[in-house]
Amino acid sequence: MIGYLTAVFAILRKDLAVEWRSRQLLAGMLIFTLLVILIFNFALELDARVRSEVSAGVLWATFAFAGTLGLNRSMAFEKDGHALDGLLLAPVDRSAIYLGKALANLLFILAVALFILPIYSILYNVNLLNLGFLLVVLLGSWGYVSIGTLLATMSVQARSRELLLPVLLFPVLIPVLIAAVRASSFFLQGLDSSYIWPSLNLLIAYGIIMPTLATLFFDYIVEE
Amino acid sequence: MNMISVRGLSKRFGYRWALKNVSLEVKRGEIVALLGPNGAGKSTLLRILATLSKPTAGECEIAGFSLPQHAIEARVRIGFLAHQPLLYEDLNTEQNLAFYARLYRLNRPASRIDELLELFDLDSRRNEPVRTFSRGMQQRLALARVFLHKPRVLLLDEPHSGLDRATAAIVDHELKRLAKKGTTVLFATHDHQRAQHLARKVSVLSDGELVASTAHRASVSGLYRRALGARAGD
Repeated sequence: MIGYLTAVFAILRKDLAVEWRSRQLLAGMLIFTLLVILIFNFALELDARVRSEVSAGVLWATFAFAGTLGLNRSMAFEKDGHALDGLLLAPVDRSAIYLGKALANLLFILAVALFILPIYSILYNVNLLNLGFLLVVLLGSWGYVSIGTLLATMSVQARSRELLLPVLLFPVLIPVLIAAVRASSFFLQGLDSSYIWPSLNLLIAYGIIMPTLATLFFDYIVEE
Repeated sequence: MNMISVRGLSKRFGYRWALKNVSLEVKRGEIVALLGPNGAGKSTLLRILATLSKPTAGECEIAGFSLPQHAIEARVRIGFLAHQPLLYEDLNTEQNLAFYARLYRLNRPASRIDELLELFDLDSRRNEPVRTFSRGMQQRLALARVFLHKPRVLLLDEPHSGLDRATAAIVDHELKRLAKKGTTVLFATHDHQRAQHLARKVSVLSDGELVASTAHRASVSGLYRRALGARAGD
């Protein structure tokens, strides 16, 4: 178990070091996120009430699109440099590679959220200092990367991987996106907690089931 | 004791058989060269032994551990050099080796990394990103990565590729030294002279079949010509 966790954190640390050196993944995601938020802001010239109602949807749509850039890049640099083979040679269960990459992707998405949420708060006039909302961001992001990392590993083997990943990813993301949008709206609009629990439960279940399935099937996906 | 044992190994990619019923045994401390023209199946055989690919049929064992059932135990004992260096171009020399040291859970990685950087004359480039390296330097660093965890079985695909004469001689010397201490080496090469000089046994692959094998220090080029000539006459 210690060896497994050592490998998970070695891969996480390596991904952070590679990103710190290249700054390609985060820079792309941040610029893209900022542009999408601004485009939505000017395209939807809504009154304050409607704006508040749709703001959670805008936020999660932005995360979903920006996330695919990060997921594609995080696996592409392993595949293009053939470094994935180096990871596969490690004397540890191969699901450790999945978990290390998924945790790194989670940190990248959260870094994007940290950057974009204050801007979003100003543009959409919403108060984000809400622990419940921040929990939804965390759970939604984990649900997103847990399936996204697995599908990025599958799509990176294909020649048209940039096209393939969103085609595979978005249909299976629908439950987590709907739950994240609903839960975010409820927290931001201060509604009764009975509305929130079904969405939170779905996010928690998704965040447990998807990584479990992914760790079981990862070895078959990376198999030559 | 056989450190590498292959029995009736076959591998198919689509309709094409990359390996056909290959059997091979390599004892502890032996250096064996795999010769063969391009596309003969040398890299495929090494990748299967390195647990990166699964055979279509047949059995193989590394250090007594059957593959793929005991792949994790086998991987601890394997050092695999591929065609590509398997390095991260954005990381520097030291960061690359430190990462692999963590994956292999080395006890004192810093001293081992220093030792290998000195051996492969990369000490002065330890803080430079790999993307600035020439092909030869990347190969030297890739070899350092392979030797890092002191594997008992070395599987090397064209280990001398891109190396200058001096570094190739260092690699040969190191491989012989390790073999004397019990490390088993199976390497693929096109260089007959290198195979003759380094290996105790030579096996020739052609079209996925093992067509000749000799334990004698006979002329490798002669063996190679006879084996491929006989095959062409089939």
